[in-house]
Amino acid sequence: MRRTAYRVAVVTLLVGSMACRASGVATGPRPLPAPGAPAAPARGVGSVDATVPTGVAASDTLTGFPDTPVVLTVGPSSAAAIADAVADSIRHPYTTADVEFMSGMIGHHAQAIAMARLAPDRAGSEAIRTLAARIINAQVDEIRTMQSWLADRRQPVPPANPNGMTHEMGGMTHTMLMPGMLTPEQVAALARSRGTDFDERFLRFMIQHHRGATAMVRQLFSAPGAGEDELVFKFASDVNVDQSTEIARMEQMLVAVVLQRGLP
Amino acid sequence: MSYSLSHRARGGLLVGLVAFLGACVSGGAPTPAAAPKPDPRVGLRAGLFDAAEAAWNLRVVSKTPSPEPFAGQTNSDLAFAGKYAIQGNYAGYQVWDLSNPAQPVLAASLHCPASQSDVSVYGNLLFVSGEGLSGRLDCGTQGVRDTVSSIRLRGLRIFDITDIKNPKNVANVQTCRGSHTHTVLEDPKDKENVYVYISGSAGIRSPNELPGCVRETPDVNPNSALFRIEVIKIPLANPERAAIVSSPRIFNDLVAPPQHGEAPEDRANAERMMAAAKASGAFMIEIEGTTMVAPPQFTRPLLDSIVRARGGSGAATREDSAALRANINDIVGRMVGITPARRNGPRPGPTQCHDITVYPAIGLAGGACEGYGLLLDITDPVNPRRIGAVADSNFSYWHSATFNNDGTKILFTDEWGGGGGPKCRASDPTAWGANAIFTLANRTMTFQSYYKLPAPQTSLENCVAHNGKLIPIPGRDVMVQSWYQGGISVFDWTDAARPVEIAFHDRGPVDSTRMGNGGSWSVYWYNGLIVSSEIARGLDIFELTPSAYLTKNEIDAANTVRFAQLNPQGQPKIVWPASFALSRAYVDQLERSSGLPARRLADVRAKLSAAEGMSGAARSEALHALGRSLDAETGSSDAAKVKLLAGSVHALASAN
Repeated sequence: MRRTAYRVAVVTLLVGSMACRASGVATGPRPLPAPGAPAAPARGVGSVDATVPTGVAASDTLTGFPDTPVVLTVGPSSAAAIADAVADSIRHPYTTADVEFMSGMIGHHAQAIAMARLAPDRAGSEAIRTLAARIINAQVDEIRTMQSWLADRRQPVPPANPNGMTHEMGGMTHTMLMPGMLTPEQVAALARSRGTDFDERFLRFMIQHHRGATAMVRQLFSAPGAGEDELVFKFASDVNVDQSTEIARMEQMLVAVVLQRGLP
Repeated sequence: MSYSLSHRARGGLLVGLVAFLGACVSGGAPTPAAAPKPDPRVGLRAGLFDAAEAAWNLRVVSKTPSPEPFAGQTNSDLAFAGKYAIQGNYAGYQVWDLSNPAQPVLAASLHCPASQSDVSVYGNLLFVSGEGLSGRLDCGTQGVRDTVSSIRLRGLRIFDITDIKNPKNVANVQTCRGSHTHTVLEDPKDKENVYVYISGSAGIRSPNELPGCVRETPDVNPNSALFRIEVIKIPLANPERAAIVSSPRIFNDLVAPPQHGEAPEDRANAERMMAAAKASGAFMIEIEGTTMVAPPQFTRPLLDSIVRARGGSGAATREDSAALRANINDIVGRMVGITPARRNGPRPGPTQCHDITVYPAIGLAGGACEGYGLLLDITDPVNPRRIGAVADSNFSYWHSATFNNDGTKILFTDEWGGGGGPKCRASDPTAWGANAIFTLANRTMTFQSYYKLPAPQTSLENCVAHNGKLIPIPGRDVMVQSWYQGGISVFDWTDAARPVEIAFHDRGPVDSTRMGNGGSWSVYWYNGLIVSSEIARGLDIFELTPSAYLTKNEIDAANTVRFAQLNPQGQPKIVWPASFALSRAYVDQLERSSGLPARRLADVRAKLSAAEGMSGAARSEALHALGRSLDAETGSSDAAKVKLLAGSVHALASAN
């Protein structure tokens, strides 16, 4: 929550979101279909555990991650789940800001996972490998939560693209980075690194990445009417405390790595 | 999350439940039988109200679904007062009369939405936490759309429940981060007030909504709402005057404590090396409270650049070294992106606690605070002081704390993933999302072991360590704990290094197709009952059944303990009244530990039975005689337990 201390190196902020939005994302809450209406077509398969691809090629010249979703989207929503979502929305209608947060954070998480998947082959220390394993475990589960929330509300479910959110604008496809996400150059630099060099870059980039996530939470909660949805409030609050706690841990790890490396 | 409960589901609730009872073991066996294999919790059929169930050494007494408007809304924490269990719910709270635990009766309820609606009681006062953005002072259900609003409630609601059916909202104390949970603290020295610690982990309100709420970090604004807790004082005679009286900065100067993985020898070694490095003139770096030695590969280029900057060459002089010493903290800080202001301000680390469990009888509290477990001195309730801290490389998010009754151990839980994730899969490490057990001596916490629900759950079940409490089994440390959709687990942590499960209950997932939100939020022992707040399914009540791990005498002795009230984050000192069950429980434990020969145990049991058949002075004398013979007992491998037994027999003699 170090609000003013963020030094995010390269951040493409989510600006002009009204003019440039993910294709198909609603501009506001819209009524949900009646309970029992046919569910949206499945975008993926129900069983995700067995089919998670490795996501990142072990290439030294990688620029940006391969355009492969790091987690497949959730299966179709059941009628009961949609009915629950309808009931929830009657109580606390969600807003565009909620939808944008839950959509944008999918790609954000996907990149954290793709970064962490570089660690087993490259990290110089066991501590970094453990940190990476925990990030993968946590954020894979959270992507499913976001995808389910969107699917239940008949909102487009963006794929877990580690390169950002894909948009159609003026007939062109754009990929937009959410706050804190790594640029293709940063991804390439991380993928080229080995040993202690990797550890330092990984910590710096992941701190940047996590700070972006907490910035997204702040942005969400400053939007009128946002975060009233119970699940969005809990999810965003959890992302904030979990990632803030992890930032504090990573800062300590970074000091140790910097000292150990010495100066060139 | 919500559930649409069909009439069919609600009507046919108790019909069609499949109770799978695990292999029960016979009581009193000296060698505990192992938990049932294969574990009956694996592969349970899903269903909101018709899920398959597995129970071991527990009996289901009742399962009561939440009524409207609470059905389909999240049930949260539990507090107890007299015959009532008060169950929080995101829509308000429900008051259950437990006079007949087989059929709890809804005695009262209040429709007053707020997350998480954690509840506590003190005397005739009821406290309810509100954290979310949609809570309203008027208990309205429409939420609050404006980012700044005078109608929003984030903090503590206080009700007078003298007439439990007609609660009066006597005060609302607003706080900057809302109240995720809270802790009621009675000051043994102050009978006129009660205190509430507020733990709020959500975002900080706008100062336009609540004046004085500062969102900036303390290095920018020293009045920051971060890095502190709030203490509310409630005058019992005038609860409407409840107000925040202090905001202790219990995290100030917090230094990263050693991780448990380091052996004491490693730590001592590191300290020796540090002292030697300092003595030999090494460059020391102090950053965020941690002191480190800067290795030559780090300092040499810096010294060279200082020499070059003054136009010199060759070796660095004493002045060059002094210049580096003066600036080395700033240099490292810049390299890792930590500003000088932050370095001189509060340490990084927790900005809040999740739970603070108070144990007033020993003057201590356990704070579960983001990345740390803290030990607090609470002898001055308004000014709690941090006196110890632990961290753990396997812990993600410190959630709650429980002391053992002697205050010689403390257990922390890790709510990895926030409670919404399926963290008990076979693929999830057993040290992640678990409990960490520490011994506590001279106010120092020492890691001993982890305990995690031993039965793997599916990816459809949110599962991680959550709330629990001690079960007053005399002479042992036994606890019952919620694991969300992992069910409830009763475990013995008398041996801090080797906790062992002794009973459980679990259901299949709430939904067979996807991960729903459900399971036990909290489970507490209260006056003989094990009461669980089931997020989606209502109120569950269990009783322990005798097993090799727990005899009938031990259960009976536990049931002699009676609380007038019980709160989630308050720990009462358990005192066992003298009873034949208590003495027999100790005898059973001596049998289990082979602490006395079988013949001697049979003799003690016979003498207890004979005394029970007597009355008045004869009983008293018979018991004193037995007590004296136990006082003189030598050669037991479990002398401490023999002493407890002797004491209990003398107390029983005096009670007659």
